[in-house]
Amino acid sequence: MLNALTILLVFQLIGEVITRLADWPVPGPVIGMGLLFLTLVLRGGPDDSLEGTANGLLSHLSLLFVPAGTGIMLHAERLESEWLPLAAALLVSTVLTIAVSALCLQLFVKRRAASDE
Amino acid sequence: MNEQSITGLWVYLSTRPLLGLTMTLVAYGIAWRIHQRLRGHPLANPVLMAVALLVLVLTLTDTPYPRYFDGAQFVHFLLGPATVALAIPLYRQFNRMRAMALPLGVTLLLGCTVAITSAWIVGAWLGADERTLISLAPKSVTTPIAMAVAEALGGLPSLTAALVIATGILGAMTAQGLFRLMRIQDRSAQGFAIGIAAHGIGTARAFQLSPEAGAFAALAMAANGLLTAVLAPWLVPMLKHWISH
Repeated sequence: MLNALTILLVFQLIGEVITRLADWPVPGPVIGMGLLFLTLVLRGGPDDSLEGTANGLLSHLSLLFVPAGTGIMLHAERLESEWLPLAAALLVSTVLTIAVSALCLQLFVKRRAASDE
Repeated sequence: MNEQSITGLWVYLSTRPLLGLTMTLVAYGIAWRIHQRLRGHPLANPVLMAVALLVLVLTLTDTPYPRYFDGAQFVHFLLGPATVALAIPLYRQFNRMRAMALPLGVTLLLGCTVAITSAWIVGAWLGADERTLISLAPKSVTTPIAMAVAEALGGLPSLTAALVIATGILGAMTAQGLFRLMRIQDRSAQGFAIGIAAHGIGTARAFQLSPEAGAFAALAMAANGLLTAVLAPWLVPMLKHWISH
């Protein structure tokens, strides 16, 4: 597990260094994820320890958003004065985005399935 | 123990990282148990319940957020390695994704545009001010990218962080109901849609639906993060020009 955690942190660090040096607006961990993915493709998959540690981290992914989410208390004033446009925009936009994306991809999948038959 | 020593103990503990860290884990533990008790019902979102509980406790004890975060940052820090770890489920679905590259690309472009534009239109129509609208625009992507985009376009990065989390929670809460309503059964379409609209919190939810949905959500989250960073600086000035309140 220690080994796997080290691998994850090293890839994050490499990603962090790349975005700083290249001055990209993309966060380091996302670059790290891309690089680890490429490494897995080249090397033919993760070993058991990396797989196990990754699954452990991802099984409680929700927990990791709690500290940032609690930061909502810093914006109590703005939320109070603009709660209606904010709530409506978030709800409508989120539902619409999910619906449009899912519908679009499902149409493709169905069409492909039909042409395969 | 008299009252004074209890106050003294509180003053001591509230300046240590231990308390913020423990509070985060306990609040999440309680929220997770309620979530399980309700058989994983999407409305009983664990992030929402844990955040509500923590805001309540911090407000009642008059603890400022930065002091809480001194401890909570250890949990927050794990977001980095967890994001890197998403490479593993991505790798598992690689062959399927390669076969679907074109449909995934088209869906992503459409979903990303809808996410930014629809939030702007609704917010502007209901009278949000321009800084709020800019902070709202990148709400569908993972916090660090969204904050960077908001900052570059003149929004409020810390407001963006809160809106991103709220979006993730809303996405996780509404997705399943929507899929049922619209008869979307394909796991890859479900996962990909949640990932575009609701980043990591949506991805966490998608992993509960199936590993396949989770992997597609992780892909969508990463790809939408990149696309939003490219598209928003170009879309937002247009929206500003055409649709202001």
